[in-house]
Amino acid sequence: MTALTVPARPEEDDTRLRPVPWRRMAGVTWRQHRYALLGVVTLLGAVAVYLWIAGLQLHRAYAAAIACHPARSPACQDLVNTFNGMGTFLANGSILQALPALIGAFVGAPVLARELETGTYRYAWTQGFGRWRWTLGKLVPLAVAVTAATAAFGALLSWYYQPYLATPGHQALGLSQTSAFNGGLFDLREVAFPAWTLAAFAIGALAGMLIRRVVPAIVATLAVYAGLAVTAGLFLREHYLTPLLTTSLTVPGSAWILSQWWTKGGTTLSQSTIQQVMDPVMQRLLPAVPPDQVHLYKLPTILNAEQYLTQHGYTYWTRYQPGSRFWPFQWIEGGWLLALSALLIAATIWLVRRRAT
Amino acid sequence: MNVIETSGLGKRYGGTWALRECTLAIPDGRVAALVGPNGAGKSTLLNLAVGLSAPSAGEVTVLGGRPAGSPAALDGIAFVAQDTPLYKNLSVADMLYVTRSLNRRFDQSYARARLDELGIPPKRRAGKLSGGQQAQLALTLALARRPRLLALDEPVAMLDPVARHDFMATVMTAMAADGVSVLLSSHVLAELERVADYLILLSRGRVQLAGEVDALLASHRLLTGPAAEVDRYAGRPVVHAGRADVQAHLLVQATADDPVPPGWTARTASLEELALAYLRQPGAAALHGPGRDRGTEKSEVTR
Repeated sequence: MTALTVPARPEEDDTRLRPVPWRRMAGVTWRQHRYALLGVVTLLGAVAVYLWIAGLQLHRAYAAAIACHPARSPACQDLVNTFNGMGTFLANGSILQALPALIGAFVGAPVLARELETGTYRYAWTQGFGRWRWTLGKLVPLAVAVTAATAAFGALLSWYYQPYLATPGHQALGLSQTSAFNGGLFDLREVAFPAWTLAAFAIGALAGMLIRRVVPAIVATLAVYAGLAVTAGLFLREHYLTPLLTTSLTVPGSAWILSQWWTKGGTTLSQSTIQQVMDPVMQRLLPAVPPDQVHLYKLPTILNAEQYLTQHGYTYWTRYQPGSRFWPFQWIEGGWLLALSALLIAATIWLVRRRAT
Repeated sequence: MNVIETSGLGKRYGGTWALRECTLAIPDGRVAALVGPNGAGKSTLLNLAVGLSAPSAGEVTVLGGRPAGSPAALDGIAFVAQDTPLYKNLSVADMLYVTRSLNRRFDQSYARARLDELGIPPKRRAGKLSGGQQAQLALTLALARRPRLLALDEPVAMLDPVARHDFMATVMTAMAADGVSVLLSSHVLAELERVADYLILLSRGRVQLAGEVDALLASHRLLTGPAAEVDRYAGRPVVHAGRADVQAHLLVQATADDPVPPGWTARTASLEELALAYLRQPGAAALHGPGRDRGTEKSEVTR
């Protein structure tokens, strides 16, 4: 049937067998995962274009609002309102929280789950490259790729959100402002965003190895990721460094306020108790203005009322993380997520190596 | 050199043994057929030999003492798994690229020429090929690695007769040209008749029979005689007695020199008849077990 023959195999000293070079995995990984990677780039690219256009408008409105003189004039208030009314869709960042989870789940989970689901692991793991080297040679470049792409995206997000971040000028002008620690925004910054994506990828890889089905592995990854992100945001993050305690009434807007309470004579007062004390003071201090302008005076009046109370034996305590701790917090979060991801990837490789089929 | 050597090899899944107390030595340069009913442990044995799974008991070495699954073992064995798994969304050319990248040796020109001859277009996605073409592609990828041992798990089970013939022809050509040893599992007995020169019968997770096909055929006779006299025949251990109304067929352990009882005729059994007789009687391993064959193989090894 065929005239083709297999050429004679060169005799080699197999005891000094040199492994197949690592770099060869790059091309293999690219060929197998190019659609996933292109999907990530397309998704991030599309959102990036939107952020870029929306961000330019936001920055322009912000620049106009803070440059306006005199600040109390109706024209300037219009500019402030324009800024405050912009980007409400993205302003709290919650929609973008899904990106690291989605990227991690859709890139990470199928790496092993698809091989195991379709049976191609029986091809891949019997090639000369070796199965644990194959796994490492795949997971590491993919992890680096998604991390690098999301790091670039995180830089863009940081630029986009810059006008919202509290400065001393914000409050005076009545501009929308938020602490950089805001639960929805902290995750989206330069370090945390790629770190969370990497963690989602690593969770996905391990879930794929354990569950061995693509779709259930993706679902499990999203669930585990959500649990971890919520736990980190609600319970872990505030403990990265010991919070500071102050009795000052003016905590800067950049600070992350963890809790505030009143005391009198060493005992903590309940919310309703202090409200009963506060309300008459507020009534007394609030100037006589038309009802539609009350909101303009409410904030300064509260401050006055608080000052009045502190002068009469009450103390206002604030437990907080100062704005200057933003970068240490980013690196702490990035650090433990990186360690966790490395651990999960190592566990995945260990499972591949010892796995009994 | 033995391409595969196992001793006391066992594999347990949960509480059930898929393979147990398997001791084998398959010599180099053979087409060894692994035969048995579904669930007999054929895939389990192959998976252990190629290093996909780890033994629960005993040990397995390949290509003259290399631990199964070790880099040196993976380098010398090409495995085509059941249903010939390929990356369905990769093109044929990409499959060649991937296989070349994952191995130290890859004969690109052989693979190209072979696919050309088979009429498999390089740009076609692997998933779009016919079943026969996918099997041929998987086989070509395996052979282009220039392995010492080609392990095939049910390679022709899903193929039509023509594709089946072409596939086996490719295997036999490689065998003849390169001296590659072949280990294939199958339950298509008729296909093995022409190609196998070493037989391993597995039944219920145990090796029932193992040895050179010629030696096995020479040590068995198929007797045909009156059904009424079956119980009186006691000259040789009976492997399997098949009774029709009038005539009985007995596969017995005997050589051509052994006397044939009066009223009976004797002839050499075909490989299929031999295998079927043993498979119908799983207990027959006790009569002619691997122990005896193991002894002869061991002496060959030392020679």
